[in-house]
Amino acid sequence: MIHNQTIIKERPAPSSAVGPVAWLRTNLFNGPVNTLFTLIGLYILYLLVVPTVQWAFINADWVGSTRDDCSREGACWVFINARFTQFIYGLYPRSEIWRANIVFAGFFTLIAWLAIPRLPFKRWVAVFALVGFPVIAYVLLHGGYFDLPRVSTHRWGGLMLTLLLATVGMVGALPIGIVLALGRRSNMPIVKSFCVVFIEFWRGVPLITVLFMASVMLPLFLPSEMSVDRLVRALIGLTLFQSAYMAEVIRGGLQAIPKGQEEAAAALGMTYWKRMGLIVLPQALKMMIPGIVNTFISLFKDTTLVMIIGLFDLLGIVQAALSDSRWLGFSLEGYVFAAFMFWVFCFSMSRYSQYLERKLHTGHKR
Amino acid sequence: MTTATNISDTSTSDLMVEMRGVNKWYGDFHVLRDIDLEVRRGERIVICGPSGSGKSTLIRCINHLEEHQQGDIVVGGIPLTQDVKRIEQIRRSVGMVFQHFNLFPHLTVLENCCIAPMWVQKKSRKEAEEQAMRYLERVRIAEQAKKYPGQLSGGQQQRVAIARSLCMHPDVMLFDEPTSALDPEMIKEVLDVMVELAKEGMTMLCVTHEMGFAKTVADRVIFMDQGQIIEENAPEPFFNNPQSERTQLFLSQILGH
Ligand SMILES: Nc1ncnc2c1ncn2[C@@H]1O[C@H](COP(=O)(O)OP(=O)(O)OP(=O)(O)O)[C@@H](O)[C@H]1O
Ligand SMILES: [Mg+2]
Repeated sequence: MIHNQTIIKERPAPSSAVGPVAWLRTNLFNGPVNTLFTLIGLYILYLLVVPTVQWAFINADWVGSTRDDCSREGACWVFINARFTQFIYGLYPRSEIWRANIVFAGFFTLIAWLAIPRLPFKRWVAVFALVGFPVIAYVLLHGGYFDLPRVSTHRWGGLMLTLLLATVGMVGALPIGIVLALGRRSNMPIVKSFCVVFIEFWRGVPLITVLFMASVMLPLFLPSEMSVDRLVRALIGLTLFQSAYMAEVIRGGLQAIPKGQEEAAAALGMTYWKRMGLIVLPQALKMMIPGIVNTFISLFKDTTLVMIIGLFDLLGIVQAALSDSRWLGFSLEGYVFAAFMFWVFCFSMSRYSQYLERKLHTGHKR
Repeated sequence: MTTATNISDTSTSDLMVEMRGVNKWYGDFHVLRDIDLEVRRGERIVICGPSGSGKSTLIRCINHLEEHQQGDIVVGGIPLTQDVKRIEQIRRSVGMVFQHFNLFPHLTVLENCCIAPMWVQKKSRKEAEEQAMRYLERVRIAEQAKKYPGQLSGGQQQRVAIARSLCMHPDVMLFDEPTSALDPEMIKEVLDVMVELAKEGMTMLCVTHEMGFAKTVADRVIFMDQGQIIEENAPEPFFNNPQSERTQLFLSQILGH
């Protein structure tokens, strides 16, 4: 120990006080108590990280096709490999997977195009993403047109279904949430009470109940010849549920905009919708980005609940694969994989929102 | 109602703003009591009075930012009713400048001046921008057109707010204490712009305690207290020979040191 200290002392002083050694000194080893905590922390980290890395990487098996290819000392990623197609596309017919791939490619291209600031024609791409792309995606995925064989929605699943539920939920919940939030602030008593009742109803009910009602109870009330697809019902339930939360987030943002903004817009002769659309909402939505993304992230994770009405989203299909008799005993690998996929998407959303906040902030400092 | 002198003897077609027996309450609180006011085209009117006397409420009733409960208001020949279309029509011809500027912080100075001409008057972007630059030059701030309001000083922001209003070619301009949120050294730059506007013949109603401004440009000074118009006169007799005791007291308080 003493020897170590002398070595540190004999080193030339770092050229600036922000060198790594100086950083360690000031942040981790300043004083005996902090040093103790740092050492304990490092030890706990060591206890956690080393076995995890050994399990997930060093002792893991990556290649093969059956469980016999796994040594069972570490993770058996062979299981994920063997089931990968199913985890991504659900029970979508193998021969038709190219259709899903086109939709995936289009989806990620559009998102990247809208997210990367340098790319041009943002407005037209956004219009296409909201109007043209959903139609194309539906025609491709569902089929039944242009000689494409029909693939009924109960065969859709995996990551594809998760992304579909989350995207439709987000794209639907934002505008409905905005309308509900505006309605709740309206002076018109009927509009206002409708919005209040709507928001409070959906916020007071657990999502599981909503999905259950959508899948089990709704058909009881509808005439039997009017059967609505189970996926569509789940989408409607999910969207309405999230729009109630979105409405409350946006209402918070609207309240933070000073009254003078709307008055100035009104004094210029703008109609209600112009005052909201041009002046109040752009400011409120910018301020609300963290809250909105937070709602999106929770929606993304809530999509897993569709499992209970028999839809196989990413988590659902992983869980189904775990009960396959050829692959018994690999639930840890399955859950780690599912968790990792969810984490990648949620973390990306969170980072993008932080980036947006920074970017929009410099745009108009007060 | 004790109107000291009655100088409104013009034909009605010349009236820009007409208020008859206007009353307004906030709950039980009677903010405006039997307001009668006529403003002719090209007239410059300064409204003063103690805090809470209802000055802001009065001018905000003219473009229906506040709603009056009794009496008639006619602006540019259009009677002010509940009808939203009509209110918007009136607002398009009535400019307003606020104490706290109320510029749109998410838009640049130029966009602040273009947004209403483009979206309300349906002007093309090019036309709106050219016009905005002309008005920004007039208020001597054209070089800041690309900045955001948050990057300007208070005086600069208020001049932008005046330009923003002018871009709608209003027939009347309402000013609600346009200089009272400003540091003393910035008051003059805003008042200068307002004096120029007055010289060009703009009809103006201005709530202000800048008595120098009142003396140089006002045709009439109105004194309000407790929701009533107490006294109304040309600036010279108003300041030199106030009739009511309350006016005398008020003037001695703001001029007497
Ligand atoms: N929304 C409101 N609800 C209740 N009372 C109000 C409201 N707005 C204004 N008042 C009251 O009405 C009275 C007149 O207000 P107003 O803002 O017109 O006064 P003012 O003459 O402009 O005063 P100041 O010089 O302080 O601006 C004040 O006593 C104020 O407290
Ligand atoms: Mg006031």
